[in-house]
Amino acid sequence: MKKFQSNVPESETLEDKWTEYRSRMPLVAPNNKRNIEVIVVGTGLAGASAAATLGELGYQVKAFCFHDSPRRAHSIAAQGGINAAKNYQNDGDSVYRLFYDTVKGGDYRSREANVHRLAEVSRNIIDQCVAQGVPFAREYGGNLANRSFGGVQVSRTFYARGQTGQQLLIGAYSALSRQISLGNVVMYNRHEMLDLVVVEGKARGIIARNLLTGQLERYGAHAVVLATGGYGNVFYLSTNAMGSNVTAGWVSHKRGAYFANPCYCQIHPTCIPVSGDYQSKLTLMSESLRNDGRVWVPKHKKDVEALRAGKMKPTELSEEDRDYYLERIYPAFGNLVPRDVASRAAKYRCDDGYGVGSTGLAVYLDFAAAILRYGKSAATSQNLVNPSDEKIKELGRAVVEKKYGNLFEMYEKITGEDPYKTPMRIFPAVHYTMGGIWVDYNLETSIPGLFATGESNFSDHGANRLGASALMQGLADGYFVLPYTIGVFLSKEIRTPKISTDTPEFEEAQNNVQTKINKLLSINGTRSVESYHRELGVDIMWQYCGMARNAEGLKIGREKVRALREDFWKNVYVPHSDKDGHEFNPELEKALRVADFFELAELMMVDANDRKESCGGHFRDEYATAEGEAERNDKDYAYVSAWEYNGLDDDPILHKEKLEFKDIELKTRSYK
Amino acid sequence: MAHENIKVNLYVWRQNGPNDPNAGIKVYSDLEINTHMSFLEMLDVLNTHIIENKDKYPEGPVAFEHDCREGICGACSLVINGRPHGPMQGTTTCQLHMRHFNNGDNIYIEPFKAKAFPMIKDLVVDRSSFDKIIQAGGYISVNTGGTPDGNAVPVPQDVSSEAMDAAACIGCGACVAACPNASAMLFTSAKVSHLGLLPQGKTEAAIRVKRMVSQMDNEGFGLCSNVGACEADCPKEISINNIARMNRAYISSTFTNDH
Repeated sequence: MKKFQSNVPESETLEDKWTEYRSRMPLVAPNNKRNIEVIVVGTGLAGASAAATLGELGYQVKAFCFHDSPRRAHSIAAQGGINAAKNYQNDGDSVYRLFYDTVKGGDYRSREANVHRLAEVSRNIIDQCVAQGVPFAREYGGNLANRSFGGVQVSRTFYARGQTGQQLLIGAYSALSRQISLGNVVMYNRHEMLDLVVVEGKARGIIARNLLTGQLERYGAHAVVLATGGYGNVFYLSTNAMGSNVTAGWVSHKRGAYFANPCYCQIHPTCIPVSGDYQSKLTLMSESLRNDGRVWVPKHKKDVEALRAGKMKPTELSEEDRDYYLERIYPAFGNLVPRDVASRAAKYRCDDGYGVGSTGLAVYLDFAAAILRYGKSAATSQNLVNPSDEKIKELGRAVVEKKYGNLFEMYEKITGEDPYKTPMRIFPAVHYTMGGIWVDYNLETSIPGLFATGESNFSDHGANRLGASALMQGLADGYFVLPYTIGVFLSKEIRTPKISTDTPEFEEAQNNVQTKINKLLSINGTRSVESYHRELGVDIMWQYCGMARNAEGLKIGREKVRALREDFWKNVYVPHSDKDGHEFNPELEKALRVADFFELAELMMVDANDRKESCGGHFRDEYATAEGEAERNDKDYAYVSAWEYNGLDDDPILHKEKLEFKDIELKTRSYK
Repeated sequence: MAHENIKVNLYVWRQNGPNDPNAGIKVYSDLEINTHMSFLEMLDVLNTHIIENKDKYPEGPVAFEHDCREGICGACSLVINGRPHGPMQGTTTCQLHMRHFNNGDNIYIEPFKAKAFPMIKDLVVDRSSFDKIIQAGGYISVNTGGTPDGNAVPVPQDVSSEAMDAAACIGCGACVAACPNASAMLFTSAKVSHLGLLPQGKTEAAIRVKRMVSQMDNEGFGLCSNVGACEADCPKEISINNIARMNRAYISSTFTNDH
């Protein structure tokens, strides 16, 4: 086992660290690259960009995804944008400011050196994407357009309508497709990684299930890269895609990779509220909407009652009877406070009985003011004298439609309500997981030769991620960081011959997976996988490890997770016609993923209990200020919790990576 | 919010693998559902019902593809009452909600059928031929790094916007399923247009269109006869103008000497 340390290189200044390190890091010569194989698991932004770039560099790459095509990865659903410290708007942005905003936004729980590197390479990402043909929004003069996102006071977010993730993923997918056509990358669609193979302490391959045939297949390589996304689906209801799962990361954890900060989950403030217990997932409304939308609840309980009963329409409520609570409490940032702050504020309003909608679990996001403002501005620029209110609304609507049209349409499709006419109803929902596989500065996990990128690692967002930073991190890791840092490991492997899969280690891993599959299929119980997943997520995780946590709840939650897990392994029913799973069987795929969510859930409870402070997305009832703001404890908890697997029956082992802040002073976050 | 419950009868295409001799429509009658559900949540309800009554339904749950359930990943498909992605204009199956159906409706659910989309199981087909078309040339040949500043080449707003209209394609295959010739012209032309419109993509525009069209033919997609069903059923409302643009680009590419 390698030494547990961050491996942040020494340098005079933080600004020079990455540049200096790159200049002296060991390289792999082109003739050697041809003989070195790399496995990349996952083909979202982080995986596709890494696989494409490694292919361009000359490595022999094997890329895996469980979808029918790399283009389906859930990065595609990101709406609002991608941050970059370009300062095109001349509004005072800089690499340092992006770095500072990200560390502060993460509530001072991220690794300074990683975040600074991220801010530096953010600029290259935009150049790269433009060159690939990403149709970013443009100004009339042809230059790139920007908008604002939460937690910052500059406009640094680049976007392609409300489909930025889609366009960036298609860019990475096209680069990957080019490498596939050149033979540098071999693509394995519909293959799911179910175990990691470690040989003599190094990651040397994976066991993947061919989802069409159900056969287990062995793949060897000199190094393995995980780009497998986040684990938000442990909550069952989240904005993640139905297939998003933790399995690749979790099996790697069980093989020795430490899991860092699992309790840091991002609850996104603007999602469409739950409408019934048949609900399978939640849909996000982009944070960019908070640029123009104003969040409010009624000031008086009597209006709340009337609204819930449908006796009154929200548009009928006068201005003075509305509580624009974000603007009231946080005047400096207003509706653009960071996600964790906005989510908690919504929760408090609803806890106090001011929530709207039939369930009382929603607040309003209102565009009426923006429509008027834009309408007046458009009327002025068109030289209209004394325009009617109708005309102003019509002009304003056109502006709002241009900015957010597809989001408004999506809202209407799902809820059947027209957000141009009545405010949207929104509520917080699980969206992103800041925690993930622990990595050092090279993005290498605690298993040599195993790397983790994008959302699957823990590294850059601390305890809370700022909007438009996930796309940035995924592409930074894949295009500009991992392709360099993996060379530090691979430069020592140039004498290692091609990895044979005909070894006891591969045999053992394959048997391990096959045993698990046979076990699941042999239970033949009565309950569906889906029903267990829902109970785990909605009734246990959201209840005891959701937006607010406390010691007692976490203890009960952990017991409940264990009890339900035991029940799952006794009573689950996985339909099948082949007892070994050698067939196309989506129910079995789901069962394998849910089985791992059970184990992760327990670790999340342990981690949340261990962190006796509130920070970012992790909020403990016991550690809050009188106003209900998160109360950090820098003296005792300025560390990364890296957990080592220790069997299912015993507690995991905690390793602490102390976080040192040399360039930023630790302060209480204030958005007031 | 009014939670209205209705009953529907589902006529679902069941097929256990490509060579199943018993493939055909199976009826699931009187399924009680809530009108706020999405179409796929309705299928979830059906599958839960099938799983919980396994003795009654030896055929097991219905296999269908889906992932993001927010209309962007392109994984969901289904021909619903004869139309790819169902009755609502510009809407994917996952964004279709049951409030658009009535109590007692008969709903026919079939897979996307095309020679170039081989059957896998039930409602799942293999659409990897689309990947092959992209691999043939659906990219701009730049490596990572060494690219000019993002603002080095101004792109007029309307050009960028038109490229974005084409780039909005989600690669679901509805255009192929809708077309009587099972042609992939709308899909291919959307990519040719997206890249060919932008200054960055013009350099290799001629070779790109030649390669992609040739690959499209090799995959077994049919020819275009200007029916226009693709545009009508496209959940992202990709314009058929892209096909005209591609035809023009293809013909002019034959006058150049690129391979």
